[in-house]
Amino acid sequence: MNAAAYQGVLRRVAIFTGLFSIFLLGVVTERMNLVVDITQNYWDDITYLMVEYIYLVLISGGLAILVGVPLGILLSRPFMLRYSEGVMQVFNIGTTLPSLAILALSMSFLGIGKTPAIFALWVATLLPIVRNSYTGLRAVPSFLLEAARGMGMTPGQLLLRVEIPNGLYVIFAGIRTGIAINIGTAPLAFLIGGGGLGELIFTGISLNELGMMLSGAIPVAFLAVLTDFLLGQIQRFTVSKGVNPDA
Amino acid sequence: MEIIQFIIANMDLIGERALEHLTIVSVAVGSAILTGVPIGIAITQNERAANTVLYVASIIITIPSIALFGLMIPILSTIGYGIGFLPAVIAVLLYSQLPIIRNTYAAIKNIDPALREAAKGVGMTSVQRLAKVEIPLAVPVIMAGVRTAVVMNIGVTAIATYIGAGGLGSFISRGISQSDPRQLITGALAVSLLAIIADYGLLWIQRRLTPLGMR
Repeated sequence: MNAAAYQGVLRRVAIFTGLFSIFLLGVVTERMNLVVDITQNYWDDITYLMVEYIYLVLISGGLAILVGVPLGILLSRPFMLRYSEGVMQVFNIGTTLPSLAILALSMSFLGIGKTPAIFALWVATLLPIVRNSYTGLRAVPSFLLEAARGMGMTPGQLLLRVEIPNGLYVIFAGIRTGIAINIGTAPLAFLIGGGGLGELIFTGISLNELGMMLSGAIPVAFLAVLTDFLLGQIQRFTVSKGVNPDA
Repeated sequence: MEIIQFIIANMDLIGERALEHLTIVSVAVGSAILTGVPIGIAITQNERAANTVLYVASIIITIPSIALFGLMIPILSTIGYGIGFLPAVIAVLLYSQLPIIRNTYAAIKNIDPALREAAKGVGMTSVQRLAKVEIPLAVPVIMAGVRTAVVMNIGVTAIATYIGAGGLGSFISRGISQSDPRQLITGALAVSLLAIIADYGLLWIQRRLTPLGMR
């Protein structure tokens, strides 16, 4: 059998398996009364908690981007180089900390509620963003900087016209990682009183109510995949073509 | 002070939980190496297959862990293992695929064609080339992927305590439900310490596994 025929068979098998699993999923969904659960029983909860969830993500993620990128840029400036290696060591250790541990520490110092939840999410999101902003700018080839200086650019122009455009892909990668961590950790905010879709998931698990649990889990998974996709698109279109592996 | 006393008094329990934690992570990442490395090597043969596999793996990794646990409960409860050890292991296994496959793929792809040519020149078969040239050269990069997977999944396993998988996360979950800062801080410190130690330990192994000529 030649390669083309082999690929054709493979594709048909893949399509068949895909359709069959969608069919199976449909049967399981129907049997579990999931459609009724999501569209009627828990619909009000889902919409209310989703707003709360998105609020948590937007506030903590937005603040993390607003603080993280400038902080990373600041650390990459020549006058900060003496300290930045040490600071990056701390950040590297920080990124290995599990998000549940950050939430737990935040709760033990700040108590329960929205503020400790947002603070913990902010910390967990901040670390990869600062790290990537720093490494992204430091990785700009020195001959580019040399050439720009030779053209008579001031340090400010150098940053805005050479370093940031060249480091933007890596900075965006950090933002994507950070936001993915943020969205993944936000359901846990419920545990320390931060509300959000985690309420349906955790309550569903402890009551063994599969419908309730999936009413939380499916929107969370969907939002996470959607957000990452959108950020990926923004990354694809804002990073200039010459330094963009995706374009 | 109270916390130190609590830690000393509960040393046995902490050790037991840490062992549970490590068991889940090592069983799952171990099987992830067994599946991920061959997949990573196989997809170097076909660009389109590589893009598809990496895309699927990157979607899996964006699904939040607690949502993934949730989605697995109804599926796994049909065979009677909806909660506990098995879903935790499967989740960690799935999350480990992306770093391991991506690093294996990139490492094999980036091997200097001249080396491959030389191996061909000395009369190696393609299996020998893979086993004696390509894999040894790729090992440090693959180990870096394993390290990423382990550190990330120590965090995921902490959350798995909510689906009854035990582990160090159980200190945190009890600390939260009893509002007990001693258990809360003990759990958080233990999990963090485990992640940091694993990170450095695997870095050390990674350096030891790097062939002498590449150090």
